Amino acid sequence: MSEPVPSSRQRFRARLAKVWDSDLAYSFRSSPIAIIAACMTAVLLVLALMAPWIAPQDAFDVGAVRLEDGFLRPLERGSSGILHLAGTDSQGRDVLSAILYGARISLLVGFASVAFSMAMGVALGLVAGFLGGRVDAVIMRIADVQLSFPAILIALLVFGIARGFIHPSQHEQVAVYVLIISIGLSHWASYARTVRSSTLVERNKEYVQAARVMGRDTTAIMFEHVMPNVVGPVLVIATINLALAVIEEATLSFLGVGVPPTQPSLGTLIRVGQQFLFSGEWWILLFPAIALIILSLSINLLGDWLRDALNPRLK
Amino acid sequence: MVMVEGLWCQFDVSRPWLNRIFNRQGRATLTAVAEVSFAIPQRKTFALVGESGSGKSTIAKMVVGLIPPTRGNISIDGVAMTGKADAARRQQHRRRIQMIFQDPYASLNPRWRVRRILAEPLRVFGLEKDRSDSEPRIQELLRLVGLDAADAAKFPHEFSGGQRQRIAIARAIAAEPAFIVCDEPTSALDVSVQAQILNLMRDLQERLGLTYLFISHNLAVVRHMASDIGVLYLGRLVEVAPPNELFDRPRHPYTQMLLDAVPDLEAIGSRVRRPIEGEAANPINPPSGCPFHPRCPYRNDRCKLEIPQLMQIADRKVACHGISEGRL
Amino acid sequence: MIEPVLSVRNLRVEFFGRRGKLVAIDDVSFDVAHGEILGVVGESGAGKSVTGAAIVGLIEHPGRMTRGEIRLKGDRIDHLPAAAMRKIRGRRIGMVFQDPLSSLNPLFRIGDQIVETMRAHLEVSKADARQRAVKLLDEVGIPAAASRVDSYPHQLSGGMRQRVVLALVLCTSPELIIADEPTTALDVSVQAQIIALIKALAKNYGTSVMLITHDLGVIAEIADRVAVMYAGRLVEIGSVRDVLKSAKHPYSQGLMSAIPTLRPGAGPLRQIPGAMPRLHAMPNGCAFHTRCQFVLERCRVERPMPVRLGDIEVACWLHDKGLGAGR
Repeated sequence: MSEPVPSSRQRFRARLAKVWDSDLAYSFRSSPIAIIAACMTAVLLVLALMAPWIAPQDAFDVGAVRLEDGFLRPLERGSSGILHLAGTDSQGRDVLSAILYGARISLLVGFASVAFSMAMGVALGLVAGFLGGRVDAVIMRIADVQLSFPAILIALLVFGIARGFIHPSQHEQVAVYVLIISIGLSHWASYARTVRSSTLVERNKEYVQAARVMGRDTTAIMFEHVMPNVVGPVLVIATINLALAVIEEATLSFLGVGVPPTQPSLGTLIRVGQQFLFSGEWWILLFPAIALIILSLSINLLGDWLRDALNPRLK
Repeated sequence: MVMVEGLWCQFDVSRPWLNRIFNRQGRATLTAVAEVSFAIPQRKTFALVGESGSGKSTIAKMVVGLIPPTRGNISIDGVAMTGKADAARRQQHRRRIQMIFQDPYASLNPRWRVRRILAEPLRVFGLEKDRSDSEPRIQELLRLVGLDAADAAKFPHEFSGGQRQRIAIARAIAAEPAFIVCDEPTSALDVSVQAQILNLMRDLQERLGLTYLFISHNLAVVRHMASDIGVLYLGRLVEVAPPNELFDRPRHPYTQMLLDAVPDLEAIGSRVRRPIEGEAANPINPPSGCPFHPRCPYRNDRCKLEIPQLMQIADRKVACHGISEGRL
Repeated sequence: MIEPVLSVRNLRVEFFGRRGKLVAIDDVSFDVAHGEILGVVGESGAGKSVTGAAIVGLIEHPGRMTRGEIRLKGDRIDHLPAAAMRKIRGRRIGMVFQDPLSSLNPLFRIGDQIVETMRAHLEVSKADARQRAVKLLDEVGIPAAASRVDSYPHQLSGGMRQRVVLALVLCTSPELIIADEPTTALDVSVQAQIIALIKALAKNYGTSVMLITHDLGVIAEIADRVAVMYAGRLVEIGSVRDVLKSAKHPYSQGLMSAIPTLRPGAGPLRQIPGAMPRLHAMPNGCAFHTRCQFVLERCRVERPMPVRLGDIEVACWLHDKGLGAGR
């Protein structure tokens, strides 16, 4: 009397339809800001990823740059035949290409550090919430201390320490990784806090007890049962932190302690451009700054929408 | 089948050390369960009834191993579950014991599909090696509890309370257990759904030869399900008797009071009720002697000092000085 | 004929979601007479709490009362402006909810809460109000009321708190009390005390009570009449004796026989197959027809409205137009 079991393709289509029809998707479709923000982010992502193919010039290749093309205004053509839509900087580097490559670095650092801090924060939050007692106390006190420092300071601290340990000749190669880790370390505490409080609620629920009656061990219960139920807010924090990470990377690079100058990110470009602002070459600062603003703003708006859409009380 | 002897459960609820020093307080202990013993024969249902604070949920959790007892022995199907028995044997034995919980909304993982929920016990107890093997068994389980095979792909929130409880029952019987502890399985359900679930449970008991420990505060439900009933008050058993004996001739004053308090559909509008005094005492500070004596109309001096033991009297066990002295 | 205290006519409450509108209450009419305790029973989702909320104007967005008239002693109280409704709520209609912990403000002493309520609705001095509060607490059975009047809610047990809520509700001598599952969260022995108290107080104060619950035992004990709700509709209403002993509607009959009793001779409980339809999947015709063993063709198509059969009103085609008389 039961109906035939649906094929896997039918099941997939059904699931897709369900997602499209879900409350979250509906909220997305009906929020113009969310759609615009998502589009902007997607566009920037694609552009940045495709930088090696669509940029007129390889901004990181020192050999491709010609000094005599320096300080060209926007929309001027350079000696190599490239139309510099955004002008060139003091060394003849095409600003538009620099922005594309720079955005690439910024996004790379941003995503990687968010992934790092998310993994660390969720794991520690789960452990603290589930095990309780001393473990919980220790982890949370460390988190508390860390949260009372500005993230930049922590990143600077980690960076400085790492610099001390790494041989100067290696600095350039590992700079990006150190950057990722230091920004990542400055953010894990906010994930840990949220995950911990959700875990405290979930661990008393009966489905966890049912798993314990079955004899499942603590790790299995934490990661298979509890984790899927506590990661909701994490996504929201992640999107907002992504914007923060991008800005932080820009700040660190601006301060001169981020990416090496041969691989400029948006922050480096802004730092460099700042010097020339008042001598009339405004484009070297303006375009990278606009790119940074648009990037972090759209990610931020997306995160805002997500937080509101996932908040059950606002429904 | 199930033997529980001298079970105690005490929690240390003292305030933190520093607070105690400042307020000059001693340690505080909450005795949730005291000196509880009972036995459940195979394929029978033993019910524990009591109000909140009686310790019935604590006993349930101790029997399945969620809380370690402070004192006492539990043995299920000949295997001792307490003491220093070796852990591996105990884990193997866990397969024989399962639990059904009160809240159908919290007892299923909201992020797991039904298929995964039912496959978990199969996987954990090594009954099915991989996904494809478990599918027929999952469908069989769903059919057994009155659900549809297509329900395996859904999430718990797509079901009503009664249906969720059916899924919980399916999960409990998946690994072919011998003994199931049911902690108020129908308290959160509507009357007509309750009837369906209770009938289902009785049916499964017949078919699969299950033994139940049934916890409830609802005496009428218990009458329907149990072959033997234990009445709890403040962590102690005050009366143990089969349903007919318990309901027709309740001996212990608390049992009488409890039965009197049940709203009766038959006696519409007019019922002579004995006035009920007060409310249950705080388990952190139980009364001395018999825990029920402050509310008992038949208390004497001995009741205030000495805790009555559960003794076999005629067709049942009772813990009451008045009865053992022949006064009641 | 004395005017009923509460008169509800053709009540319709709808909830507007993005998938369209859901009809939570569909054309419900009933009266509560003076000094009467009316029980409203139904299972979860039947709409009994929504009915209570509609009467006191507490239906919030996205729900709305879209049709019907509600009269309190002849005065229309539906769709009043907020300020006027606030005067009615608390003064002429009192509400008792299921959870006494959330009905009382944990930050204020119970005496102060009663005094505040009285002074908000009545012209009375602080001293008089306090005296009356102590008297009320004594009436509802709080021992040593004169000293307990200054306790905080958390210092009292669940049963005591519910008594305080009753005192709070009665301090303005309302004409009607709506009690929504007042004893569900309490232990059996305490429950018995509280429902006896409700009955006694209603009698002393001449207040009518609309008692919303899923527990038929409670209804049997204290209610005079009972209304059975199913899927947002009223299926049967009559005296407690008639409905409990000889219900006419198949759903009521099924409900009565599904309840486990303390009587001996227990075989399996009579169960009603299926489940109450969800609001967005309401069947045509009679809402119960998919589960009814006496279903007729007409039931699938046309919705039955309540007809009077002696002292009972039933909404069922079996009893309409003399079909299948006297079940």
